[in-house]
Parts: sequence; structure tokens; C-alpha cells
Amino acid sequence: MKPTLKRSNAPIFWALFGAGGMLSALIGPMLVFITGLAVPLGLLLPADTMSYAHVLAFARNWAGKAFILAVIALFLWHAAHRIFHSLHDVGVHAGTGAKLVCYGLALVGTVIAAWALLAVGF
Amino acid sequence: MAEGQKTIEIEVLRYHPENDTEPHAQVFEIPFTDDMSVLQGVQYIKDHLDGSLSFRWSCRMAICGSCGMMINGVPSLSCQTFLRDYYPARVRVEALAHFPIERDLVVNMEGFIEKLESIQPYIIPREARTLSEGEYLQTPEQLGAYEQFSSCINCLLCYAACPQFGLNSRFVGPAALALLHRYNADSRDGGKAERMELVNSEDGVFNCTAVGYCSEVCPKHVDPANAVNQNKTNSAIDYFLRFLAPKGGAR
Ligand code: SF4
Ligand code: FES
Repeated sequence: MKPTLKRSNAPIFWALFGAGGMLSALIGPMLVFITGLAVPLGLLLPADTMSYAHVLAFARNWAGKAFILAVIALFLWHAAHRIFHSLHDVGVHAGTGAKLVCYGLALVGTVIAAWALLAVGF
Repeated sequence: MAEGQKTIEIEVLRYHPENDTEPHAQVFEIPFTDDMSVLQGVQYIKDHLDGSLSFRWSCRMAICGSCGMMINGVPSLSCQTFLRDYYPARVRVEALAHFPIERDLVVNMEGFIEKLESIQPYIIPREARTLSEGEYLQTPEQLGAYEQFSSCINCLLCYAACPQFGLNSRFVGPAALALLHRYNADSRDGGKAERMELVNSEDGVFNCTAVGYCSEVCPKHVDPANAVNQNKTNSAIDYFLRFLAPKGGAR
């Protein structure tokens, strides 16, 4: 009894999921605090921390680009994976369709982020 | 029953395929003493109230793994679960979840037995030794790497606990993967590459969504969730590095 086994391609999605989970756990709360509370309410940080000029300069720097891409793309892949598996858990077994929608959105988000980061120049 | 005897109700999920189109509940009232296990409760029913009630048991001491049931919805060994913890409320016992019911509380284990065979649960010697060369030696660390995963008694509680197995019965599942890991992690064994094919496959570890309930219900502290998740890492490493290390697992 040895059925032919098909290798799962899950490690790709699982690795992106894991990386996104790690990153969001490490810096997610801090990002929410800075962008959602500290800056709008004028707490702790200088008033122009997220001014257009500052953020543009950040996005034009190589390290800044890498950071922004990692945050957007990996968070998206993490969310896509989690949503896909949660759908399965609540009984929606849309299979390939759900997979395409979930991971497809993450891919689209990744491509848009990469394109925008290149478009703002260096 | 003697006057003044305390009693407890046990609701049993009955199913006799020759008469029943589907399983149905039946309530029995039995005498209660506070040293009685749930297994003793269903044994009382069989001996005194309805001899046609079917269930598996053998050791009565959480060793053989045959008396698993859903007790109030929780996968449990019925010999190790006591009626006093529910008294005076009614206790509900059902066949283990996620398995086809053969009769009353007896489930069909065939699928699991096939999985057990498929993981090659024996040492495939790394290097052959003749008798005159003596035994294989292991350090305490080498023993520690797999010992916990060798305590499984095949009670199937973890399968009844696993929502992913419930959704996809092809999933190799917690106990079989824990046992697979037990052999892969054994320093005397050389069968890892063969077994990794199953770990890496679509029936393998990535069906697990790290729920962890399997480890919670395991009466032997095998922690199958730990074995499964260690092998997600092993499988992912193998997936990405297989081109660098030609001796990897599945193609
Ligand atoms: S891993 Fe634990 S719960 Fe699962 S079959 Fe083995 S002993 Fe039972
Ligand atoms: S009767 Fe053997 S484990 Fe319960």
C-alpha cells in the first residue's frame, strides 16, 4: 500500500505566513501606536514625524523601501493565509477559488506596493 | 436497586447498523458510587440493563488505549474519567468524533491502521550491524530526542480532537505523525528520507493549523502538536533547500 504522494506546496505560503506573523508581532503594535495614536494626537514624537517630506525621504531610501515592502507584503500574506484557513474552519471549502482570492489579493497588494515604491523614485 | 442508593443518568449514543438508520441517544439510570469510572458505568449498563451495548475496553488503567469515547463532548479515556466529576448531572457518552461508527461506542479504526503502516513505525537501521558487533548504543540526549513521542497508546483521542482531521480524513493526523517523528528523531534510524515524503505530501503536516487540542486531550503527554509543528519546519527547510542538498525528502 503506497499511494502516490503529491508534494504539498504549502511551505511557500507557510513561510510567508510565518514571516508575516513574526514581523507583525514584533512591530505591529508599535506601528499602530506611532501612525494611529502618537502622530495624530501629537504625543511624544515631533509634530512633523510623518510629514510628507519625511515620509517621502524614507520611501526613497533603500532601507526604507525594504522596510515598507516587508511590512505591507508580509502582513498581507499572513492575513491571506489566516483568512484562507479560517474559511476552511468555519466550513467554507471553496478550495482553489478561495485560495486564489486570498493569496491573489496578497499578491496584488505586494505588486502594487513594489510598483509604488519604485515609482516614488530614489 | 437498594433503597436510598444514589443514582446517575448516562446518556449513550446507540447505533446498530442492522436496525438503525442513524445513531440515537438512549438514557440509562445506574447506581452511583464516587469511585466509579465512566467505563464502569457503561459496564454496569451492559451487565444489568442492556447486554447489546457495545464498547471497547481492556486494561481499565489508561494503558491499552481501547476505551476512548466522547464524554460530554470531550475525547477521553473512559477508564480514567470519573462519574463523580459530573454527579449529579447526567453524563453523555458517544463514539469518538470524526470516525465512522461500527456499533454503539465502537468506531472503525481501519483508516488509522493504514496510516500507522504508512509511516513505517519501526527502525530502519542507519547501518546494518551483525550480532557480534553488539547492540546499538545511545546517549541520554539521543534517547531524549524521541522518548516522549514513543509513549503513544493509539487511543485516537487526538484524532477525535483534531478539527482538521474532521474536515479531511486523508490527513495523516497527530498520533501517526508523532510516531513518525519518534522514528525520524532516533539516532539509530536511517529511514527519514522515506518518511519525509509523507510529511511533505498534501496529506502531511501542512493540514495542521496549530490548534493544539490534540496535545491537550492526550492521556500520555505525547504532545503530538509539537511533533507536527517541528516537522512543518523540517518540511519547509527540505522544500527550499532540496536543490542544494540532493539527499532531501520527497521530490
Ligand atoms: S498521541 Fe496521545 S491522544 Fe493521540 S493516540 Fe497517542 S496517546 Fe492517544
Ligand atoms: S481500558 Fe485500557 S485505556 Fe481505558
